[in-house]
Amino acid sequence: MDALSLSAGTTLDMALIGISVLLGAGVAAAFAARARYGARTIYVACLITTAAMLAASLSFLIVGGATESRHLPIGLPWIGMHFDLDLLAAMFLVIVNLGGVSASLYGIGADAEEREPTRVVPFFATFLGAMNMVVLAADAFTYLISWEFMSLSSWALVMAHHRDADNRRAGYLYLVMASFGTLSLLLAFGLFAGPSGGYAFADMRALHLEPLRAGVVFVLVLIGCGSKAGVVPLHAWLPLAHPAAPSHVSALMSGVMTKVAIYGLVRIVFDLLGPPPIWWSVVLLILGGVSALLGVLYALMEHDLKRLLAYHTIENIGIIVIGLGLALAFEAGGIGWAAALAFVAALFHVLNHSLFKSLLFYGAGAVYATTHERDMEHLGGLIHRMPVTAFAFLVGSVAISALPPLNGFVSEWLTFQAILVSPQLPEWGLKFLIPAVGAMLALSAALAAACFVKAYGATFLGRPRTSAAESAHDAHASVRVALLGLVVLCVAAGILPGYVIDAIAQITTRFVGADMPLQSTQGWLTIVPIDAARSSYNGFFVFLFVAFTAWAAALVIRRVATGAIRRAPPWDCGYVDSSPALQYTASSFAQPIRRVFGTWVFRARETVTMPKPGDTRAAHFAVVVRDVVWETLYVPIERLVTSVSTRADRIQFLTIRQYLGLMFVTLIGLLSLLALTQ
Amino acid sequence: MDIPGYDVAHLLAGGMVLVSFMLLYQDRMGALLNVFALHATVLALSVAWQAYVQHAPHLYVTACIALGLKAILIPSALRRIVRRLDIHREVETTVGIGMTMLVGVALVALSIVLMLKVTVGVDPLGRQDLAFALAVLLLGLLMMVTRRNAVSQVVGFMSLENGLILAASGARGMPLVVEISIAFSVLIAFIVIGLFLFRIRERFDSVDVADLHTFRGDRA
Amino acid sequence: MIRAATLQIGQALLVLVLAPALTGVARKIKSRLQQRQGPSLLQPYRDLWKLVHKEAVVAENASWLFRVAPYLIFGATWTAASLVPTFATGLPFSTAADLLAIVALLGSARFFLALAGLDVGTSFGGIGSSREVMIASLAEPALIIVAFTLALIAGSTQLSVIAAFMTSGDVGLRVSLGLALTALVIVAIAENARIPVDNPATHLELTMVHEAMVLEYSGRHLAVIEAASSLKLLLYVSLIAAVFVPWGHATPESAPAQYAIGIGSYVVKLAAGGALLAVFETTIAKMRVFRVPEFLGASLMLALLGALLMFVTRSL
Repeated sequence: MDALSLSAGTTLDMALIGISVLLGAGVAAAFAARARYGARTIYVACLITTAAMLAASLSFLIVGGATESRHLPIGLPWIGMHFDLDLLAAMFLVIVNLGGVSASLYGIGADAEEREPTRVVPFFATFLGAMNMVVLAADAFTYLISWEFMSLSSWALVMAHHRDADNRRAGYLYLVMASFGTLSLLLAFGLFAGPSGGYAFADMRALHLEPLRAGVVFVLVLIGCGSKAGVVPLHAWLPLAHPAAPSHVSALMSGVMTKVAIYGLVRIVFDLLGPPPIWWSVVLLILGGVSALLGVLYALMEHDLKRLLAYHTIENIGIIVIGLGLALAFEAGGIGWAAALAFVAALFHVLNHSLFKSLLFYGAGAVYATTHERDMEHLGGLIHRMPVTAFAFLVGSVAISALPPLNGFVSEWLTFQAILVSPQLPEWGLKFLIPAVGAMLALSAALAAACFVKAYGATFLGRPRTSAAESAHDAHASVRVALLGLVVLCVAAGILPGYVIDAIAQITTRFVGADMPLQSTQGWLTIVPIDAARSSYNGFFVFLFVAFTAWAAALVIRRVATGAIRRAPPWDCGYVDSSPALQYTASSFAQPIRRVFGTWVFRARETVTMPKPGDTRAAHFAVVVRDVVWETLYVPIERLVTSVSTRADRIQFLTIRQYLGLMFVTLIGLLSLLALTQ
Repeated sequence: MDIPGYDVAHLLAGGMVLVSFMLLYQDRMGALLNVFALHATVLALSVAWQAYVQHAPHLYVTACIALGLKAILIPSALRRIVRRLDIHREVETTVGIGMTMLVGVALVALSIVLMLKVTVGVDPLGRQDLAFALAVLLLGLLMMVTRRNAVSQVVGFMSLENGLILAASGARGMPLVVEISIAFSVLIAFIVIGLFLFRIRERFDSVDVADLHTFRGDRA
Repeated sequence: MIRAATLQIGQALLVLVLAPALTGVARKIKSRLQQRQGPSLLQPYRDLWKLVHKEAVVAENASWLFRVAPYLIFGATWTAASLVPTFATGLPFSTAADLLAIVALLGSARFFLALAGLDVGTSFGGIGSSREVMIASLAEPALIIVAFTLALIAGSTQLSVIAAFMTSGDVGLRVSLGLALTALVIVAIAENARIPVDNPATHLELTMVHEAMVLEYSGRHLAVIEAASSLKLLLYVSLIAAVFVPWGHATPESAPAQYAIGIGSYVVKLAAGGALLAVFETTIAKMRVFRVPEFLGASLMLALLGALLMFVTRSL
């Protein structure tokens, strides 16, 4: 292992100071939020702090610094708190703080509309601080404390608008699932370190577990981190909780907190646990493929804008998990360079998703702030009234649909290249599983594009369906700055992917033991993941060609022919002055896909009640979509828990004699056990 | 055996799998019978090629039997039965066509896994041909299971037979006696099924298998 | 260097010039098969010229996206079409985008086309866009899986390398190639809005898919979109020709005469493709809309089967 320099480094210290400032700001906000510019000051403080941490961690990552460590004597007396900053942590610090910067910018602009600042601002700052702490944690205690801190502050944010019954239900489910996840992680760490082991990550790394124990730890970590990330079937809380929080918090939860969960998975599985067996990659691949496909199919059935975005988070987490599964498979199969490729693809997608998901949530938040509508069926025509938001949302939609020349395509392309290497793996199961997973990935990419045509078209295009949509106005200046900044980053990551890959690729050496070729030495900004004869992509040229040919076509036609335009009512095949109610709604747009995929995945049924001729009642159209995972997994467990706890409730009402009898029986039982086993 | 020889045999076996999928895809009776004729023709070509490559003249006879009986005679007879009994021309399926084809791909994957694990050490293309033949058999069985109409079930049974013959001819050394007996058993089965269909139609005015189940008294 | 750049620009211009001719050939042969005289072969060029000179009538509530989308669609489709090897392989910019990137570029074009259909807010645009994305949700995965199959056979996703491999004769008769070809032809028919999936010459709105999306376009915008559709058809025919009928390509080291042969064989391949398309369209009837997903599902299954066979047999 590389030398863990025990002398503290400056970057780590800066990060720790930054975390303390954020936590302090959270405490201060509890008092200051109600003051006139109190909330805004706190947001500015968060902005400055996260920007500083972003700059520090970015320079650490690019320079490729050596690992830094710190051991603070706070917390448990015999353990203290360990903090480590290595390249993986630096990359995730960049992601967390980038999210923090954009969320703080949004908060500055949006706090005027926030009805309950005291419930939002303090927890916002602590949420940011806690996420940074999770990434830096280097022993089990610190990790779990920061993880719980993160869960609880985000829960408080979900419950901020608690007067709404839906939000209360979302918060309850979130609390249950988060506690369940933390319990899994607790058990995992306990099993890992063992009864006599040290809880610092450095000690755990040195342990070599037997396969059975390592397998159980893997499953527990997958449950714990996977439920926070939103892997099917532990995803049910995500589409309820993420939309319930305020918009910038939704962006943080979807775009950043899920990535912190992925960080946990990567840290424990790739770093702490030893060489992986093949079945771990099979589990990851299956879960990833199912999450990707199911997530996007759920999103297609939705017409609540924020819930649609939350389901897409599940889909993208599935894509990341597929990449990680491929990396594990290649590592177990001994093909190091392919493992590096798959690992880079997964990490690149982590970055991309945090960028465009935040962008999309800020756009949705801006729409909600001005129209107070999340339902796409009540919006429409917003491109005229909110031009900057509409443009940014368009860029985000193109990016998330994995279309060139933006960044979503690059990580998807890298994942496909990794899939194409997989015939070299010897295992039979993988030879059949990986093409199936590749097909699921291709299908989910195409469906995601369809879903975003629906979302963008129903919300921003067409004509306004309600007066709320008609009277919308564009977002606040700082929100627009956040949106445009993220647009620039999405385009940059798509056009200059070589630099991003080089920054990420340094991480792979330590984790999978191999390298990708250096991208900045390939000519003309091309990326060559394996070999020049095998595959290459140049995002810059593609962008240049498309832009140039489009512009040249417009110019030439204007010169050679004519540039005249005449405005007139829409042609609409000759129908005159149709009302906005006649345009396609989101559910009518999704009807063909719902009919093709939804009938057997969700048992979607449409019922139309048409009144007889002469009857003046309105016709009624209803779509019933059933959530298969909820009905097969969650409802039976809920019923089981309820019935067991109802029966166990009788213990509350025993008489004193029965309590004494209970203690007596337990004591006799333990003594007999002792007698028998001695 | 020279390598081009195996290549052509491989192509023809793959072609049979492709035509089996086309059989699963059809939703009209006339098209189904035409595709079945194609299925038998490809089988005849494949057996004839095997006869040429293995220098086994009795396989030419098998190819002719397949061509004459299964590609020409049986489809036209079935077409006449369909017209006479006035069976309606749409093929009803129990699950959707898309789902059926997905299960079909899984069955092909299963047969590849099975064959490649069981026959280790044989040359690669021969193993794949055997896997394809097993796949054709399983796809024929799938067709029988997922179709409601008795005529389409007969076609499924026939394509299953074709898979068996494909496997036997590829495996080198199936004597003519066995082949004649198989052909005759197919013919007898066909006659029986034809009579059966005629009786059912006479008695119940329909050949929908789901209706038969009701009449049997198993379900209300 | 200069020679390579000239060749690349030459290919881009060649595909642009030949695209309407391909549409014209297909239309002419189809008419002749239907016992009609049919429009002349130069009619598509005349149509484009006429449309470009007309004033564009735009709906009052159409946004900037409506006016910009035709050029973006054209740009993406033209870029993709000029990256497919037509008369030569190994052109300099062929390393910028491989087969997967070309498929995704077509997806970008389709994304903007579907958005443009929804922009004006009429029900016909909605019908076109929703059917188009349903078809695309099955056609694009099939195309990607065909790309997988070809990549595994040739050892690369770059089209130049694939075409060169297919010419070299190491291929042999493979079942996966046959399955990939079938799937590719089905996807090409679906993506280009040809019978049996969609009727490019219909004027009944309820049977339209592609035409319904562009119903509101007129003048030069419509000309640009029509040019993009012709380019897309040319792209698919060139793709099938480059992979499955790859003879006649010039390589970077060839003499100039080889380029002339390359162009000549390319024109012959295009004409043959157009003729086959016309024959196919005349012999088959249009499917009802919800039979199309089964049709495309069949192509997806065939492509998957081909890829599965390649994955399994690669190490044997």
